[in-house]
Parts: sequence; structure tokens; C-alpha cells
Amino acid sequence: MRRSYLIPEFVVDIEHTNCRRCKRCVMNCSYEALSFENKVVPDNFKCVACHRCVVYCPEQVITVRKNPTDFKGSANWTDRHRLDIWKQAETGSILLTGMGNDLPYEIIFDHLVLDACQVTNPSIDPLREPMELRTYLGKKPDSLEFVETPDGKLKLKEKPPKNLKLEIPIVFAPMSYGAISLNSHKAMAMAAKEMGTVMHTGEGGLHEELYDYGQYTITQCASGRFGVHADYLKRGIAVDIKIGQGAKPGIGGHLPGEKVGLDISKTRMIPMGTDALSPAPHHDIYSIEDLRQLIFAIKEATGYKPVSVKIATVHNIAAIASGVVRAGADIVYLDGFRGGTGAAPRIVRDHVGIPLELALASVDDRLRQEGIRNHASLIAAGSIRSAADAIKAIALGADAVAIGTGALIAIGCRVCQTCHMGRCAWGIATQRPELTRRLDPEIAAERLINLLRAWSLEIKEVLGSLGLNAIESLRGSRERLRGIGLDSQTLDILAVKAAGK
Amino acid sequence: MDEKKLVIDAHDIYYKELNEMVRDAILNKDYNIVELDNVNGQRYIGDAIEKEATIIINGVPGNDLGAFMSGPTIIVNDNVQDAVGNTMSLGKIVVHGQASDVIGYGMRGGKIFIKGDVGYRVGIHMKAYKERMSYIVAGGNAGDFFGEYMAGGILVLLGLEEEDERPIVGDYLGTGMHGGIIYVRGEVNKKKLGKEVGIVDMTDADMKELEKLLKEYAADLDLDYENIMSKPFLKIIPVSHRPYGRLYAY
Ligand code: SF4
Ligand code: SF4
Repeated sequence: MRRSYLIPEFVVDIEHTNCRRCKRCVMNCSYEALSFENKVVPDNFKCVACHRCVVYCPEQVITVRKNPTDFKGSANWTDRHRLDIWKQAETGSILLTGMGNDLPYEIIFDHLVLDACQVTNPSIDPLREPMELRTYLGKKPDSLEFVETPDGKLKLKEKPPKNLKLEIPIVFAPMSYGAISLNSHKAMAMAAKEMGTVMHTGEGGLHEELYDYGQYTITQCASGRFGVHADYLKRGIAVDIKIGQGAKPGIGGHLPGEKVGLDISKTRMIPMGTDALSPAPHHDIYSIEDLRQLIFAIKEATGYKPVSVKIATVHNIAAIASGVVRAGADIVYLDGFRGGTGAAPRIVRDHVGIPLELALASVDDRLRQEGIRNHASLIAAGSIRSAADAIKAIALGADAVAIGTGALIAIGCRVCQTCHMGRCAWGIATQRPELTRRLDPEIAAERLINLLRAWSLEIKEVLGSLGLNAIESLRGSRERLRGIGLDSQTLDILAVKAAGK
Repeated sequence: MDEKKLVIDAHDIYYKELNEMVRDAILNKDYNIVELDNVNGQRYIGDAIEKEATIIINGVPGNDLGAFMSGPTIIVNDNVQDAVGNTMSLGKIVVHGQASDVIGYGMRGGKIFIKGDVGYRVGIHMKAYKERMSYIVAGGNAGDFFGEYMAGGILVLLGLEEEDERPIVGDYLGTGMHGGIIYVRGEVNKKKLGKEVGIVDMTDADMKELEKLLKEYAADLDLDYENIMSKPFLKIIPVSHRPYGRLYAY
């Protein structure tokens, strides 16, 4: 009997004549798509295009291709729709997936171009002149008042609110211990320390081995309250309250039972093998006033460290962000609808939320109009793919950007979108010891450091061409952006002129 | 340990200041008993204190009493408001009155004993890990979503107000529960149960555990232990530890 009406998504080709039969590919395939019977035999149905075999084959004789079998063309009934229907007709279940939205929505970043100095305003050579990327995240006072001390010196009347001092405007996005491996967390912690930035712990708590990196971490308190205790909150340099996630606005965290082994069960305090589900809302937050209550419960707990609130970009985001700032958040983390995830129902990932670029511009505008932009910093996240995206996000109004998927790609991720299966061949989105061992935290940290260094250099390069010597001067400077091929309403929301104007 | 007690008149003191005084007394000045008089809605008392000490509260404290707390014992000689013991880790909260909503949310250990009724969403996502147990005992009735998403620990509902004609518990009892145990004294209409839980027989081990817990509860709240034990208990547990396993296609 045919097991299914589906056809494989990928086809694995092995050039048997040049294969030395070392079986390295078979051992590397954590999806069990390769076996050995006198020669390497692929099971195409199981291949997810994680490329582990392709990269590790010493003879470079493996090719993974999209299944070339053509479907009778239809712009309406796409192959994807047909395959999904077959899968659901066979299982009766919700389609679960990993990574961010992969549908071909217009990417606004790719329609924005930057300015540069010519003739009348000199550009700066970043190689020879100092360039400042230092960024402070947190509430800035409305005004400063001074008092004179008896010895005639001026002193600040009130202590300014605590801020996070970052050497670069890029932080690591929240990805939980559980969704990703301890080694991945370690790599980010080491890289954050080296580069003078921070990693977010995500909602699964912080493994004890990383407690020493506390001042380079922003700990998170999500609705499942996994791994949240007094010591954890105090260890971080700030605390993030996760309200929403760009990949799945309106629904809670979901860590499939496959990934809940002994260590995760201990850190999260839940039974082994159970699905770790965070409730959709925090059950102590049903209003802005309730949010304020939790923000201040955390501030009381931590001696008034900055509190960040992470929200997914949805309709009316400007009003929501304004409420969040008024509730007392020091940082608003905007997670756009392309943001990644370890597991989310595909229907939510692909169809809920709005693009980061639009949300960012409208939130920045609204906070300025209301005169509260200085009360909180904005972190922009949700598929920052390059230094260019980062610069454009800052010009649109962000104080800093966060990278999640980008960081994982740096350490081996191929965006195969099967993180929810817990079999990540690269040792990233898995808890299986035989797989997590594949990721050497030192090497991974080095790769992350390289990425951050490269992006920082690129940002400086662009700042120089813009005639700026500090990233601060670019923040919210939409005059330095122009749009190409964007309709007038989109340009209006972005408050960006069309190119040529 | 020697008793070193501080009494603070909380009348008209803003919560931030009051909590600073409490923390300073316990953490810096080594007081092991702090008694607060005239408490009137001040929030976050005991928040994130990681040391053993006793805080006695006369008056009604505000929301988030004992949030993130890890060690102290809080005794409230009155009612309490919302979110008592929010995400607490260790220690004990004893309330000689009634409690409002969201008690022991995400609790990771310790005990919360309430003499009277509790509101909605009590014990949501309570947790336990091996010897780190969390317990909530409520003496009166409870609202909807009792023990929702519960992942571990023990939640007990006694319904001691025999005159009370309302059902002992609201709807959606134990919805999404995937760990831990709920004990209810008396009867529960099966329609109240969330679909992830079922009623099973009490074992000797259950009785032993309950006896120990309820003796402590009765002693702390000056209640009659024999009376508490005079009715049979129901045991409610999740039917699957992976209630949503089949919901998704990979
Ligand atoms: S890794 Fe390459 S050379 Fe080795 S068995 Fe596989 S296909 Fe052949
Ligand atoms: S983290 Fe691993 S499983 Fe997830 S997309 Fe990347 S390679 Fe695939």
C-alpha cells in the first residue's frame, strides 16, 4: 500500500562512482534519511535539506535538490497548497514548523536605499576617524536637574535611570534553552561578552553554567514562567517580559516534548517528555495596568534594573507600544512578522502580524508625537539579515537590532525549518546529546564574533559615507532613506520620501 | 536562632519605601521577624527576598505579595488581593482570610495556605521538580480555571464552608494540566473538569501526603484537623502528560 499521496520535497543524489563509502554522511544524518546497503541509499521522504551530509562528505559527491517533479502549473493551487492538503488529509493536524515566515511578502528593507554625502557635506573616512557605535538602552530622563554641593560643584539632583551600555547596536535575540542547545547559548554568551553586547536568554531560564555571564544576558520572564526565580532575575543586566513573538503573535511558547529531556525538565521544572506550553497570555496581565504591575514586581525584585517588554508587531502596534511605554517599560522589543521560532503553527507564522519596518516607523512616530520617545529604547527584530537591514532599521527609529536566525546561520543553521523536530543536524535546535556535541561553543562563538565584527565595520563604513561619526546621529533619521517601488501610502507610514525626491 | 523583631507602621508609606524598609531589615540588619501594621494595599511585599525570615502583615496587602520570593514566611492576618506568591520559589504564605485571583501563578516551590475562598485561575502553571515541591491549600471555594496548565506540585481545595451553596469549584478545572495532583474534598461535578484531566482513586500514599500537609495547614490556621478529614477526597490528575501531542503534524 502507498504510505502517502505526498511526494518527497527533496531528492538526494549521490555520485556513487566517486563515493569512497566512508559512511560519514550516514552517521551525520540525524533525520535518518541515509542508510548503507553496499552503497549509500537515500530515503528522499526524510530529507529536510539540512545539508549536513553535503558539507561533511569528503568527496563532495552529494547533491540535494528540490524535487524536480513538476506539478501541473497553477498560480492559485500552488505546490505548497497541494502538499499541505495531502498532509492534513493524512493526519488531521495543525501544521507545525520552525524558523520565520517564508512566504514571498514584499520585503520593505529591500526597497529602501541609503543616502551618502556628495560635495556640500563631507563624508568621513571610518578607517582614520573615530566612529561611535556605543548605544545606551533604557529610559532617558526628560530633563536634568542639578544641585550645587557645598564645595561648589554641580551634582545631578536625581540618579538617572539605569541603562544598558552596548558597544555595538546589535544584540542576540531571545531563543530559549530548550528550543536551542546549551552549546548555542554558551556561544552567544561568549560572543556577547567579547563584543560588549548582550544575549537574551529566551523563556526557558538560564543554565547554571552560564550564571557567570549574567551581566551579558537579559533574562526573560514569559507566561510559562520557566526557570524564573529571584536569582535568575537578579543575575541578568535587564529583564525582558515576553508578551508576544513575531512568528506567533497571540499564542504562547511551544517546546515539543521531543526536546524536553532531563536537563530541560530540570531548568524548566516540568515533567520530561511533555510539551512545554506557555499560556497564550500571562495570566497576571490582562491590561496595561497589569503589565505595569509585573514590570514593577520585577523592578522591585532586581533593584530597578531596566525592564524590556517584547511584543509582536500587529495591527495598532503604535497604540500598544505607547501603552507599554506608559506601563513603565524601559525597552520595547518589536518583533516583526518574519521573526523566527523554534516551533509554531504555520498558519500563525505565515499569516499573522505586520512587517517590522512599518511597525517600527509608526511606533517611533507615535512615541515622538506623545513626547515619550525618550522613556524607552526600541529594539527592532524579526529577520535582520544583514548590516544593511540593521542600518535601515536604525534610520527608521530603532535604537538597536536583535539577531536570532542570523546568529544561528552563522553557527551552521541552514534554515531547513525543522527546529520543532528536535533533530537539528547542526547541534543547534536540539537537545539530543549526540547532536548537541556537534556544536563546539568556542568555534561557534568565534563565528558569531566574526559576524558581529564584520557588521560593525560595515555599519561604520556606511556611517562614514553618510557623514556621521556616531550611530546615535542616524537614529530615526528617515531623511537619509529613500524608497524605491513603494506605494505612496507605505512611504507615508514610513515617513520616507520616494527615491529621486 | 534568637528572635530579632522589628515593627513597622505601614500607614501612609508608599510601597516602594515600605519594601525598602522590609528588605533592609531582613537583608542588612538581620531582623528575622518583621511585623507590618496598618498595611493597606501596598504591593510586592516580600518580593524576591532570598532569605529566611517571618513577615507578619496586619491589614490587607496589595497585589503580588511574595512574588519571586525564595525563603521567607509571610503571615497575613486578613484578606489578600491578586497574584499572591506569583512565581515564588521557596517559603510560605499563610493567609487568615480570603484570596483573590491568580494565586501561586507559575509557583516553583514553597507553600501557600489560604483559610477562605480563592478566586479565579489559582495555581496556574504550578511546577515541581523532584524534592522541590509546591503546595497550595485553599479552605473555601474556588473560581474557574483552578490548576490550569498545572505542570507539577499539589493543589488542594477543601470547601470547608459547609453552608456555602455555590459549587466548590468553577469551570475548566485542570484544563491543560500535564503534571502534579489536585485534591478536592467532597464532590466535583464531572462537567467542571477540563478535558485533559480525570478523577482517579486515592491511594494510601496520597492519604499520607495529604495528612501531613493538612496537619500543618490546620495548625497554621487554627483549624480543626479532624473536621477537615471528615469528608473523602477526590484525586484529579492529567490523563496524558502530553495532552497536545497529536494536535500537530510535523
Ligand atoms: S560522506 Fe560522501 S564519500 Fe562518504 S559515504 Fe557519504 S557520499 Fe560517500
Ligand atoms: S536550527 Fe537546525 S533544525 Fe533549525 S532551521 Fe537551522 S539547521 Fe534546521
